[in-house]
Amino acid sequence: MATTKVIERKPLTFAEKTFLPQIATGLKTTFGNMLKKPITLQYPEERPVIPENYRGVPTLVKDPNGREKCVSCQLCEFVCPPKAIRITPGEIDAESEPDRAHVEKAPQEFEINMLRCIYCGFCEEVCPEEAIYLQDVFSLSGYSREEMINKKAKLYELGGTLPDKHYKWDKKKAAELGGNPEH
Amino acid sequence: MATTNEISIGDLGARAGEAEEELKGESMALNIGPSHPTTHGVLRLLAELDGDIITKCEPVIGYLHRGDEKIAENMTYNQFVPYTDRLDYLAPLANNVAFAMAVEKLAALEVPERCQAIRVLCCELARISSHLLGIGVFGMDAGAWTVFMYTFTEREKLYTLFEELTGARFTTSYTRIGGVARDIPEGWLGRVTDFINGVLPVLDEIDKLLTRNRIFVDRTQGIGTISREDAIAYGLTGPNLRASGVDLDLRKDKPYLGYENYDFDVPVGTTGDCYDRYLLRAEEVRQSVCIIRQVIDTIPDGSFYAEDAKRIFSPPKEKVLTSMEALIQNFMITTEGPQIPAGEAYFEAENPKGALGFYVVSKGGGVPYRLKIRGPSFCSLSILDKLVPGHYMTDITVILGSLDFVMGECDR
Repeated sequence: MATTKVIERKPLTFAEKTFLPQIATGLKTTFGNMLKKPITLQYPEERPVIPENYRGVPTLVKDPNGREKCVSCQLCEFVCPPKAIRITPGEIDAESEPDRAHVEKAPQEFEINMLRCIYCGFCEEVCPEEAIYLQDVFSLSGYSREEMINKKAKLYELGGTLPDKHYKWDKKKAAELGGNPEH
Repeated sequence: MATTNEISIGDLGARAGEAEEELKGESMALNIGPSHPTTHGVLRLLAELDGDIITKCEPVIGYLHRGDEKIAENMTYNQFVPYTDRLDYLAPLANNVAFAMAVEKLAALEVPERCQAIRVLCCELARISSHLLGIGVFGMDAGAWTVFMYTFTEREKLYTLFEELTGARFTTSYTRIGGVARDIPEGWLGRVTDFINGVLPVLDEIDKLLTRNRIFVDRTQGIGTISREDAIAYGLTGPNLRASGVDLDLRKDKPYLGYENYDFDVPVGTTGDCYDRYLLRAEEVRQSVCIIRQVIDTIPDGSFYAEDAKRIFSPPKEKVLTSMEALIQNFMITTEGPQIPAGEAYFEAENPKGALGFYVVSKGGGVPYRLKIRGPSFCSLSILDKLVPGHYMTDITVILGSLDFVMGECDR
């Protein structure tokens, strides 16, 4: 239960009115802190520790077999509050990946405008393929506006490869457990 | 050949005397802000000065207006959560919680106890963060730089905790309608305990530097006194209201999130001047620490989201990836928004700056028909034209610092 408490206001004593005790306290505090270890970080030589699940720059990832995970369902494009994502869906090449062609789709183009992105992580949250991840890159820079629009190649380059955290289909799980990469 | 002309300037003293007669009664208009270090954001003050005394002070607001209320009408409830971060950006977690609670009130949705406890933790950590900044900046406004450095050191540790919990230091976007984005990470509660153990000595240090410091006391006592009646009439809330002696805290008077189960004191001031507002904030930090200890000791197990609200909260990731029903549900909730019944609801939460209210009108579906935000900073600033006149020019900084407003919430 919450109770009410009236705050006391004690008048200053005579000694306190002379400023002298405050000067002593102030100096003591300052010298005490001077001897402590500095808490600042010599950035960029020293880098902060980035925790797991940090929401950094959004990236696209591939599975361990080098396949694009994204099937261009466009759910991230839909949920993005500042409308930073733009996807053009495309077909999968039937010759190189006959299993997946005509079954799934892949993005022909995938753009994330980093001038608009607010790093909210909704795209990662809704992705039904675990294809888009906000990883640990936190500082971005560029000379032009065009440079700040991450295209598909750049997104895959930033993202790299991530093993499947969840096996989406039983077939895929069985193949992985059986040591067969060609699933 | 140069010529020299002799001119007489007469008796200078006499001429100055005549000019003084002429200047009497003339006031000077002074424009402070919108970009000024002591206005804490883009607040502009139109002041009229008689010598060094302010005779009129009119706040001009709207420089940070983004149209958040209109934006909300064009997106689903969950998509608006990042926008609430940017209201009172010194306590984004508390805003997230207040918004989610308002929509849940409309949906008559009860979140599990663990979720409530996590939200209380978030609110109180946000309160500590906001008040530490409030105290530090107030000290700086009154000329005490040191305190600001120490409070910012503590806030840095807090931000590291937020980063681990939510994934971002500043724009947390942590709540969803019907729960929170993720459960608390392993070992996080221990680190929160370490932090609150560390923040108390710092508070004592600040206490030593400011509370009994004559320079600070002279600059704040009797300055910007808000009477009990004025505080109520102008709709002040939060610490600014309680400093004037009004005993109103929504956590105590209209408990939400299970605040009735925690023991804490609601500090109330006696005078309502700048010094009282400072004392009150310092005490509130201690009380928040006390609440956080109780939450950590009693945090229940269970789910961090309302599992039975299948049309409001998206299913967990592993289900989305393995079950077809969950996948469809995920698509539905993302594209159509959490399904909230038609109706209207108003919910106010006791935020660090005062009562932050959301008025949600829904015609059913996943998008609000109208969303009204009641920001405490807006009301705190409305009293300026009554509060500031009669004070010296230099007192403006102290009064503004003591009101502890944030323009992101005032203009929204």
